[in-house]
Amino acid sequence: MPERTATIASRVGLHARPAAIFAEAAGEQPVEVTIALAGAPEDEAMDASSILSLMSLGAEFGTQVVLRAEGTGADEALDTLVKVLETDHDAE
Amino acid sequence: MTSITGVGVSAGRVIGPVMQMPPAVAEPAADSRIPDAATAEAETERIKAAAKAVQALLKARAETAHGDAAEVLKATALMAADPMLIKSAAKLLAAGRSAERAVWDAGGQVADQLKALGGYMAERAADVLDVRARIVAELRGDPAPGIPDSAGPIILAAEDLAPADTATLDPDRVIALVTAGGGPQSHTAIIARALGLPAVVAATGATELEEGLEVYVDGAAGLVITDPGEAERTAAADYAARATLPPFDGSGTTADGHRVPLLANVGGGEEAAVAAAAGAEGVGLLRTEFCFLNRSEEPTIPEQVAAYKAVFEAFPGKKVVVRTLDAGADKPLPFLTDATEPNPALGVRGYRTDWTTPGVLERQLQAIAQAAAESTAVVWVMAPMIATAEEAGHFAGLCSAAGLDTSGVMVEVPSAALTAGSILKRVEFASLGTNDLTQYTMAADRQLGPLAALNDPWQPAVLRLVQATVDGARLGGTGQAPKPVGVCGESAADPALGVVLVGLGVSTLSMTARALPGVAAVLRSVTLDQARDLAGLALSADTAAEARAAVRSKLPVLDTLGL
Repeated sequence: MPERTATIASRVGLHARPAAIFAEAAGEQPVEVTIALAGAPEDEAMDASSILSLMSLGAEFGTQVVLRAEGTGADEALDTLVKVLETDHDAE
Repeated sequence: MTSITGVGVSAGRVIGPVMQMPPAVAEPAADSRIPDAATAEAETERIKAAAKAVQALLKARAETAHGDAAEVLKATALMAADPMLIKSAAKLLAAGRSAERAVWDAGGQVADQLKALGGYMAERAADVLDVRARIVAELRGDPAPGIPDSAGPIILAAEDLAPADTATLDPDRVIALVTAGGGPQSHTAIIARALGLPAVVAATGATELEEGLEVYVDGAAGLVITDPGEAERTAAADYAARATLPPFDGSGTTADGHRVPLLANVGGGEEAAVAAAAGAEGVGLLRTEFCFLNRSEEPTIPEQVAAYKAVFEAFPGKKVVVRTLDAGADKPLPFLTDATEPNPALGVRGYRTDWTTPGVLERQLQAIAQAAAESTAVVWVMAPMIATAEEAGHFAGLCSAAGLDTSGVMVEVPSAALTAGSILKRVEFASLGTNDLTQYTMAADRQLGPLAALNDPWQPAVLRLVQATVDGARLGGTGQAPKPVGVCGESAADPALGVVLVGLGVSTLSMTARALPGVAAVLRSVTLDQARDLAGLALSADTAAEARAAVRSKLPVLDTLGL
């Protein structure tokens, strides 16, 4: 299954505005995308379009996370979402 | 024309149509089952549709909101149709629960998880509960909870407002608040003053006012009048045409140049920065417990140092009065307070938690001293809920041991006001917390609407205790200048009462930053002698209402400025 590792670039972590931006972007993808902390077992991965799941993930600034998706368009979806995670949304 | 009398908590006179706040969404019965005619699949679709409808409404609101409120609404909109929330509701449906109950329980579970995470996440739990109530209302076909939508300006009538209602309260749309419950220190009153909205609380009958009915609200007199006549229209027009309040220039003084530094009450670094920008001459009350609400464990010393430094850095070279943790009653901190006390307002709270949980206070003083050493603010420290001279002496000892030279006490228990002379022999200053001082003097819980008239800082008994404290400060400072006595309760934010307090001999006033321009402008309209005369007038009044009316009638500037 295609996967990517990304580092959280927002200084408040993956909460609040950055989490909302990311959940919304994940919901717009043609495939289902999951998110997990790097090193966590794959079956603990959560729905990336769920803001509530993202908040309970507890990913802080600098935390590495793994995104996974399957099916047509998976690679493009993952690349798009990695960019969202690696942008500091507080700086905007 | 009929009128309702309540307690005026935020001045201003306006006319507008009434809109009633819908009642809170009732919890669906725990045993409510999925109807026989329905399938789990069909009910899941119904939940999805309701969630989408709620999401669309919140999104539309986010687009008309600004700044932080817009961000909060956007995130809340996403929560409404969150796949995790809907999946767990669908599971409960499959187990036979009704759609309403399934959403209720699913939202409850998520909120509990967030609460357990603490801090920022715990604060978001309230948003999840709000979303849950909205979806349940949508499923039932009931009006959405919270502040209703309206095209034009409205006067909002409610039983009482909850903290969660503030995020959606748009002061361009809501022009006044009228509540049946609440009191001068209730949440509604604090919000109204912060937003500068006229408000009347404890107005029995407010929730029965007819939707759309035109009413006149006088937030100073505490009046709500239906079918307003000429006199009310003129009064509202005069208020609308009031002189604009000049911003506070950063120097509180009477007309004859008697200096009364005007300080701000803050709960953390962010509020301190706002207060500094509003011209506050320092901080008269740093509520340290607000840095650590929702915390289940004592914050570490480095965490505390960072929180306090954020405030000190907003006021370089200026005075910052730090109040040590004031846990208990309405502000529980699980690491200090016992939630099972039968009477928490009279329980182990404020300074008293040092007796049951020793060590927390000493570590906090250590953190304050360290933060003070790393910044240039002039740091004073005071203990809340001091009742006796021994307590004051003990606290002063702890402060000097931590290297903090200027220790003081809050005067909020009547015994402290009456024995201020003895107390101020042991500490360097006192600060009157008039909210609690009023509640304890009048034996009236400040959260209770029916007791609102008692909970009025204009009560002659409260004013006499202020005078007793100032007199005690003269004794405490034998041979030298009297020791300083400030006020940091909500009463300092009432411009008319501020003048009376100065006349009684109070040396500083500390308030929400929003109140600074009004208090400064009114103080500048009187000389110190006039303030003393007004204080005499208030002290000799028989009732709170007479004291307020007598003083206000001698301060024409209040009308000019619409205060």
